[in-house]
Amino acid sequence: MATKLKPVDVVTIGVGLTGTILAQELASTGLKVVGIERGRWRDTEHDFAMPGVHDELKYVRNKELMQDLSRETITFRNNASETALPMRQLGSFLPGEGVGGAAVHWGGLTWRFLPWDFETRSQTLARYGAKQVSEECTMQDWGVSYAELEPHFNRFEYLYGVSGKAGNLNGKIIPGGNPFEGARSQEYPNPPLKTAYSSALFAKAAQSMGYKPFPVPTAANSRAYKNEYGQTIAACVYCGYCQFFACEMGAKGSPQTAVLPVLMKNPNYELRTLCNVTKINLDSEKKRAVSVTYVDSRGREFEQPAELILLTSYVLNNTRLMLLSGVGKPYDPATNTGVVGRNYAYQTPSSVTCFFEDKNFNAFMGAGGLGIAIDEFNGDNFDHSGLEFIGGGFIQAGSNGARPIEVRPVPQGTPRWGSEWKKAAAKYFNRNFSITIQGACQSYRGNYLDLDPTYRDAYGLPLLRMTFDRRDNETKMSDWLTNKAAEIAKAIRPSKMNVNPRRGKYTIVPYQSTHNTGGTVMGADPNSSVVNKYLQSWDVHNVFVIGAGNFPQNGGYNPTGTVGALTFQALEAIKTKYLKRPGALA
Amino acid sequence: MTTKLKPVDVVTVGVGLTGTILAKELADSGLKVVGLERGGWRDTHPDFDMPHAHDELRYARRHELMQDLSRETLTFRNAIGDTALPMRQMGSFLPGEGVGGAAVHWNGVTWRFLPWDFETRSRTLARYGAGQLAEDCTSQDWGVTYDELEPHFDRFEYLYGICGKAGNLKGQIQPGGNPFEGPRSRDYPNPPMKTSHVSAIYGKAARELGYHPFPAPSANMTRPYTNPYGVTLGACVYCGYCERFGCEMGAKASPQTTVLPVLMKNPNYELRTLANVIKVNLDFDRKRATGVTYVDSRGREFEQPADLVLLTSYVFNNVRLMLLSGIGKPYDPAANTGVVGRNYAYQTNGNVTAFFEDKVFNQFMGAGALSMMIDDIDGDNFDHTGLGFIGGGWIGAASSGARPIDFHPVPSGTPRWGSEWKKAVSRYYNRAFGITTHGACQSYRGNCFDLDPTYRDAYGLPLLRMTFDFRQNEYRMSDYMTKKAAEIAKAAGASRMNVNPRTGKYSIVPYQSTHNTGGAVMGADPKTSAVNKYLQSWDVPNVFVIGASAFPQNGGYNPTGTVGALTFHALEAIKTRYLKQPGPLA
Amino acid sequence: MSNRRQFLKSAAALGAAIPAGAAAQTKSDHDKQHAHNMRQAAAAQPRPYMFLSQDEVAFLDAAVSHLIPKDELGPGAKEAGVTYFIDQQLFGGYGSMARKYTQGPWPEGTPQQGYQSPLTPAAVYRAGIRDTNAYCQKTYGKTFGALARAQQDEVLKGLDGGKIELEQVRSPFFFNMLLANTIEGFFADPVYGGNRDKAGWKLVGFPGVAAVYTSFIEKHNVPYKAQPVSIADITGRLAKVDEYGHPIHVMLDDDQAGA
Repeated sequence: MATKLKPVDVVTIGVGLTGTILAQELASTGLKVVGIERGRWRDTEHDFAMPGVHDELKYVRNKELMQDLSRETITFRNNASETALPMRQLGSFLPGEGVGGAAVHWGGLTWRFLPWDFETRSQTLARYGAKQVSEECTMQDWGVSYAELEPHFNRFEYLYGVSGKAGNLNGKIIPGGNPFEGARSQEYPNPPLKTAYSSALFAKAAQSMGYKPFPVPTAANSRAYKNEYGQTIAACVYCGYCQFFACEMGAKGSPQTAVLPVLMKNPNYELRTLCNVTKINLDSEKKRAVSVTYVDSRGREFEQPAELILLTSYVLNNTRLMLLSGVGKPYDPATNTGVVGRNYAYQTPSSVTCFFEDKNFNAFMGAGGLGIAIDEFNGDNFDHSGLEFIGGGFIQAGSNGARPIEVRPVPQGTPRWGSEWKKAAAKYFNRNFSITIQGACQSYRGNYLDLDPTYRDAYGLPLLRMTFDRRDNETKMSDWLTNKAAEIAKAIRPSKMNVNPRRGKYTIVPYQSTHNTGGTVMGADPNSSVVNKYLQSWDVHNVFVIGAGNFPQNGGYNPTGTVGALTFQALEAIKTKYLKRPGALA
Repeated sequence: MTTKLKPVDVVTVGVGLTGTILAKELADSGLKVVGLERGGWRDTHPDFDMPHAHDELRYARRHELMQDLSRETLTFRNAIGDTALPMRQMGSFLPGEGVGGAAVHWNGVTWRFLPWDFETRSRTLARYGAGQLAEDCTSQDWGVTYDELEPHFDRFEYLYGICGKAGNLKGQIQPGGNPFEGPRSRDYPNPPMKTSHVSAIYGKAARELGYHPFPAPSANMTRPYTNPYGVTLGACVYCGYCERFGCEMGAKASPQTTVLPVLMKNPNYELRTLANVIKVNLDFDRKRATGVTYVDSRGREFEQPADLVLLTSYVFNNVRLMLLSGIGKPYDPAANTGVVGRNYAYQTNGNVTAFFEDKVFNQFMGAGALSMMIDDIDGDNFDHTGLGFIGGGWIGAASSGARPIDFHPVPSGTPRWGSEWKKAVSRYYNRAFGITTHGACQSYRGNCFDLDPTYRDAYGLPLLRMTFDFRQNEYRMSDYMTKKAAEIAKAAGASRMNVNPRTGKYSIVPYQSTHNTGGAVMGADPKTSAVNKYLQSWDVPNVFVIGASAFPQNGGYNPTGTVGALTFHALEAIKTRYLKQPGPLA
Repeated sequence: MSNRRQFLKSAAALGAAIPAGAAAQTKSDHDKQHAHNMRQAAAAQPRPYMFLSQDEVAFLDAAVSHLIPKDELGPGAKEAGVTYFIDQQLFGGYGSMARKYTQGPWPEGTPQQGYQSPLTPAAVYRAGIRDTNAYCQKTYGKTFGALARAQQDEVLKGLDGGKIELEQVRSPFFFNMLLANTIEGFFADPVYGGNRDKAGWKLVGFPGVAAVYTSFIEKHNVPYKAQPVSIADITGRLAKVDEYGHPIHVMLDDDQAGA
């Protein structure tokens, strides 16, 4: 039934952050590249135009830019003894759909993971011994080091025009930056954003306590910036509509602002929107991918043969497509064997909300990533001896845009509705800010992704099933980190504080972060990783899988900077090694 | 997972026309009756209140009162070799959903089938010989005669307050009525409807041509009427919003206006809405139903044990539930064995639109069953020798409400849009009317229901698959009837005519009629019928299946009157025989 | 009419709040003028588009003005607000295919099998307009809305007959949906944002929400010329009703009547 199309060199499944960079670079080398995207075309001029773009109901509540769950969702349960049920509406995390993917509606925070993050297991064992790690914990080293990735971090930051302040330039600690970061070869391409009042108060308090505050690195560009592709990213106007929204200014680093205008002009590139890949087809020995099958907007099924197949969609789709296609051995939590779906992890965010009687924050102004952070309690930047957990996260305060449907905190103890609630909402809307903690999340044997036995997508294919809960390590870490944040908050002398460490079972209902990781993890050992250090499938050499799915566990940072670096890491391996001699790179 | 409830005496699956009558009568006899309805509660007030009741877009185009296809639909194909695809939106027919079922949004045309209709096969063979029937025609006798049903027709007409003029009172032909009808024991309970301009012109022209016009029997009340249950219906105000609408006046007979007010007061009756039955449960040797399983609006699954299970939902659901539950042998069209799904038939509607230059019709006034009819070309009321078909149908001109989104006829040859189209719409909206040829439809070996192998409902269960097309018999009949209609239109003085006999493959796209029949047909032989003459399953005697699903083929009439008669026929058998000695009645 | 006065009063109160807020910063004449302009704009555009982009509005305004043109018989679809009607329909349940079966697979099927697109109506418009504009850009160097009327007519006929091939949707499929929705928007009750000033109903002489016709139905061949009544006229108490809620139609003089 499928119509077989003319073979091409490369197919990217998904046209978001990773897929556009890889397509641009490979098409520029003369390869014929086809980008297949399940959603529609979206660009700044037509789709993100004012004033419609500043619509909290449409974008935040009704999730206009996100995945259409009527077509495909996941099922979820906390542990293997429960029955997974479909995620019927978006909540905890917000995968994108359409050209640009989630990089259209992201907040813009662009971190480098710490050198320690890439060697979590070996460094932990070396410093604290085996008992610091729970028996069930499957966190592991990445098979690649920070030093190897550094040039790729650098390239991504320059591509997306990240604004920030270096803290470690070639080993030299720079005042005003993050002194804990891995050594970087260059300063950020753009200076940091302006400082919001909340950030200033946080910085002052943190400094008085001996911490080293620094501006959060962000892809909300602090000035007009032209990248290596000749794309100009505009300057942010602090309108406060970044996360959940697209940027009407073209001031947020995204495929639309950084890559697509040049990519779409490349005659070697062809974009196919509203086309949903349902399978990667393998040869009879299952050692080589020969094509992908997709269904277009007219319901037609096509087979697109390609030499190289790049899985460049979101974490959840990358894993699912591998499972549906039989690329790699599915993970079996009972025997702890198999790899695809293994080491699903997330983030352990928490917060302290500070209320004031006499201060005004104009919290509706701001930008995604507009904040001041400290990194003292991230990774292994502090001694975990006796703490019964590993990992940590950055702590920050800033102004990302407070829109009143979602952001109108009231002090704990205020009723949820009625006159008293109304008074508190009115009083504090502009008199509060939150300190947020981006806690890490380790991987565990019982947290994994597989195919659901009951529920199916609109194409009749099994949904991805997520089995996930946080463990003691995360709860203890969150308690500890949130207490540290509360100490800083106290120093700012708010009249009231809501202290909310992450506790209880993980729930998919409230928004936490779109920082899902794992399922297609990288590593040095094919028995515990899906892809090698070049993000190449161990089993099917002409399939590369790129994204946060490669993270063997999640660090205490937003993932995008590291995803960008991995993209260039894979790209380099493909260009300099694979294309010259196709085959296993590791 | 399933909660087992306290047993009851009777369950009706579906709370529409048949389910409410049976529930009322059996609850009155002291039995505990539970009515399970997949849709919600609906009543004249407030659900059909003015002014929203007169909203063509909402009801006629968006099908507010009809089945929610996002939950369940059916798949359709023209022939066994084709791939059936889901009916994604309403078109050809409009099953209901919610209390009252399709009897809420029906027009109200309430016929008795002809005596001939119940003995189609034997009388055709007797009069014309086997050569008159196509080889694959599976039309058959009903196993019950008009005479046996007459008291039940009468009872239903008095319950629903039908307005009309008898044409045959105990064998005496009555002027002004339908001279072809079977003898009736008494006149209609209410006088016929008023005569619209269209009725008058049509009646005059038909009479001039030697036909016998009479007013259509109508469930739109010509005066306030109190039925034998003591429920009073209002008088019709000729507003023109019947079919596809609820009646704001309570003037259209329906479960809401005739039965529910008393049924809901009966302490032996319990109605459960938003409860979708997914299975009739059978005992170990599959000879007895033990009850039904349903899912409620909170997603909870319940098992309701019952001594008697009455399938009283629409044709499709009755048949599908039998197939899903394994009641009766599924029909196999290849071998022509098995019975459930056999003899699906429909209606063969054609029409003539008559345009006038010098007359206005105010066709936005009217009522669902306000029509002038002739029955001269119905059933075997005329000699079919040499015609190459059997059957026929009424031919009539209705004033049932001309709402402008759906009704704006233009002479054939007019463009579909643009200035010329607009002129024609403007000119003829009030200067045209339609003559319908309401043709019968025989049953054929290749027209059947079974379960779809691919598509599923929201509960994960297979959809019903419909395989259907018209045959030569129907095309010839439609052609013959529509020519007769055109002659009448000409005699009425039409300046132009669109003559549209039914031609080409059956399509589910344009609305034709909600007169689907068969699938669980009645008969005297268990090899060719799913239920006996008392509508009792041959295989599982405590299951009765009531509705147009029992018609072995469809006659040239709207089915509701005959469905009502069958309901009382089954009721009598249950009350007078089955309850006294449960077991097979035939 | 008292309702209309009440509305004007409350609108004025609302308007007064705008300069008061602006005054918190500066009270320059420029700001006052700006606030005044905002109020004027709000009054002139009381029905903001929820789904369609400005490009899509331009496309549909042009397209529907061909399907039902403005002419000597009265307003066309564009004047009757059909673009806005389509916007509202696409934004709501119709646009997302609510209450319809949306599960795949979606083979094209036969014409008898009806709608088999994997796209919702909202997505059909989005893809159809984009593809048509791309075709126009390629063929004429301009988007559809900017073409001369004769060229627009040519394009619509090309879509209607399937002579113009679109990539993401079959052109007749898109066209038929557009035509059906245009007719709906022209004749549906004005509560949905189309049929402005009851232009569609006046064109054919449809009285809208029905009155009690019992005493009129047998007046054969006598035109019933009533001022049409919409649902909003009744809920807004602009039309008088009887005890069951039917409007009491106001009859028109012969020269006021439509068809």
